[in-house]
Amino acid sequence: MKTLQELKEIKALKQDQVNIRFGGDAEAEKTYIVCCGGTGCTSSHSVELMDNFRELIKKAGKEDEIEIIPTGCQGLCAKGPIVVVFPGNVFYQEVQPEMAERIFNEHIIGGTPVAEYFMTEELATGETIPFEESSFHKDQMRLALRNCGRINPENIDEYIAREGYEALAKALTEMTPEEVIQTVMDSGLRGRGGGGFPTGKKWLFASGNRGNVQKYVACNADEGDPGAFMDRSILEGDPHSVLEAMAIAGYAIGADQGYIYVRAEYPIAIDRLRIAIDQARDYGVLGKNIFGTGFDFDIDLRLGAGAFVCGEETALMTSIEGNRGEPRPRPPFPAVKGLFESPTILNNVETYANVPQIILKGADWFASYGTETSKGTKVFALGGKVNNTGLVEVPMGTTLRQVIEDVGGGVPNGKKFKAAQTGGPSGGCIPADYYDIKIDYETLSSIGCMMGSGGMIVLDEDNCMVDIAKFFLGFTVSESCGKCTPCRIGTKRMLEILEKISEGKGELEDLDRLEDLANYIKANSLCGLGQTAPNPVLSTIKFFKDEYIAHIVDKTCPAGVCKELLSFVIDPEKCKGCTKCARNCPAGAISGEVRQAHVIDTAKCIKCGACVDNCHFGAIYKK
Amino acid sequence: MKVSNVPFKGTKEQEERLLAVIAKHKGEKGSLMPIMQEAQDIYGYLPYQVQKIISDETGIPIEKIYGIATFYAQFSMSPKGAYQVSVCLGTACYVKGAGELLEKVEEVLGIKDGECTPDGVFSIETCRCVGACGLAPVMIVGGDVYGKITADDVPGILAKYR
Repeated sequence: MKTLQELKEIKALKQDQVNIRFGGDAEAEKTYIVCCGGTGCTSSHSVELMDNFRELIKKAGKEDEIEIIPTGCQGLCAKGPIVVVFPGNVFYQEVQPEMAERIFNEHIIGGTPVAEYFMTEELATGETIPFEESSFHKDQMRLALRNCGRINPENIDEYIAREGYEALAKALTEMTPEEVIQTVMDSGLRGRGGGGFPTGKKWLFASGNRGNVQKYVACNADEGDPGAFMDRSILEGDPHSVLEAMAIAGYAIGADQGYIYVRAEYPIAIDRLRIAIDQARDYGVLGKNIFGTGFDFDIDLRLGAGAFVCGEETALMTSIEGNRGEPRPRPPFPAVKGLFESPTILNNVETYANVPQIILKGADWFASYGTETSKGTKVFALGGKVNNTGLVEVPMGTTLRQVIEDVGGGVPNGKKFKAAQTGGPSGGCIPADYYDIKIDYETLSSIGCMMGSGGMIVLDEDNCMVDIAKFFLGFTVSESCGKCTPCRIGTKRMLEILEKISEGKGELEDLDRLEDLANYIKANSLCGLGQTAPNPVLSTIKFFKDEYIAHIVDKTCPAGVCKELLSFVIDPEKCKGCTKCARNCPAGAISGEVRQAHVIDTAKCIKCGACVDNCHFGAIYKK
Repeated sequence: MKVSNVPFKGTKEQEERLLAVIAKHKGEKGSLMPIMQEAQDIYGYLPYQVQKIISDETGIPIEKIYGIATFYAQFSMSPKGAYQVSVCLGTACYVKGAGELLEKVEEVLGIKDGECTPDGVFSIETCRCVGACGLAPVMIVGGDVYGKITADDVPGILAKYR
């Protein structure tokens, strides 16, 4: 248990050294080796890398002079593992465990950074520039991710050094609950989980009858959209920011218990949350009588068990209660009757991560970023056909082009940008015509897409839009909980129509059938999963109708993805007549004399691709 | 959901651990899922016999427990292979060719998604996004993550575990 005064002392003691990693100019007492320990970099062996560094430090007897800081995600997962050395701000990329020795000997001990391993960015012109000068580094604005990748998430003192738990202290000692809610409302913060509901309003609805009834604060960390990992990165990199915000929310509405519902698929995030909760209890920033103000608040973890629908708010609560995660009708809304029938507020991880700074720096500060209706920043998980796959945070109102071309470094291999998919299975595809659209809640929904939780998958000319629509619908079909008919049966019928189209058996009327069904499902499903499930289909029909028509009328797949519509062809110029393809063809569809160009009989061909795999001359291609 | 016909081989020691878990959560609101998750950690899966113990001890009807076990993808009523092979079928992996990886894994192991090889070494389980999208496409074998791979790499990777 620590007093407010003791927290201040910890901060005074640690902040100069911690701030070196944020551009602070205090004299460094040690050399800091910051290693990314997020899921992406751990998968690229950053744990072994850190072990190697530890070993080297121990051997050299320099434990007092060199410190390893394991952090959460630094953003550029594609170039992981990432190592940054302070002082000096030297970025290294793709540091394999065996590279530790050279960095240690030449840079840490010898004082000469290893230029060969520097993190760089290659521009479209072919020129290579240092990472610090790249747009990925410069064009981002980190509010929710401000500590991620720079502090050790398993050490509460580092969070305290970064003004941690000061917002909670300010709320408890200087503000009334009403003032806290008003500040969050004035800031314009909206839900980052996808819906975009004003956070302060949500808190206001649940704030009545304070002190007389049991209430709950819940955190939605069931980040189920495939291709989205913003929340995971915040939990792995800065878990205390979420705990602090939940305690502030508890004070605002008069709740003494919080629940974090986190995906079981995120083992590192779960570990770090457990550690953070233990440390917070130990310091008395969670528990009874926080800062001696008489306010009690504690947090428990609940693990999801692999059901996408549990990201929907009422299903999530049903699941925390220990049931099948089926949604329930609203009203009553959770603010009236939520968890265990009590008033409950549920916010997403990224939403919470913004709250402590809003309380500390004020509503106006936060509202100064973003657009008229969408304030602050948004974190995106950039993935798919883009050079800088990873985690980025930009102010609301940034254009799609800036996110993908500047921050994301563009589409690789000189391919053409085709579309960006946002909002996962509930969202849509933004085509190249809208490349300069400003990203905020309203503009995205005006073109039939949605902000969603922040997954952004870039598609290039090799991706087939019918196939993408089919992929998302396949996802919803397997994740539909089955409670209501429009979603359970409707999405299945839509998927069957799409399968028919991609097999070349579609007819033009199928497009009308798809749209009819889609509108019916949207209007009649019980929860958000069903109401938004048709969106990927509707938006691809809207923007890429010619591709659907190519599948239906011309029986071709322009992107060369839908197998049934492809035919394999041998290039007579390249074919040497080695006969290997003919010998390996299971259908006996290839014929030709030795040393003569072979031909494929398309009527016999079963499109298995065995010939392509066996050709040494690259003479067989799909058309 | 596949219900296994492999005979149940739970030990006394496993049962004691399960009873301790149930005792720990006694009186806690909404504790059924945590109990089932810990039970699956102890036994590796959730066969009928384990569900029955939970039901007897907590007084929760077995049909409710069965309903939950079959609702969530994480719970399994059939045992898993010594090495679980997961191909991520999240969007980022899918657009980078994860579908071909899965086909190759199924071809090499001779089993389909959700099945276990007859020798009990491998089982295949597709998953939706492990969050390592920067490394797409991703395959996980017995907890080891392999990123940025192609279908051609699959036989070599699996051979390491035989």
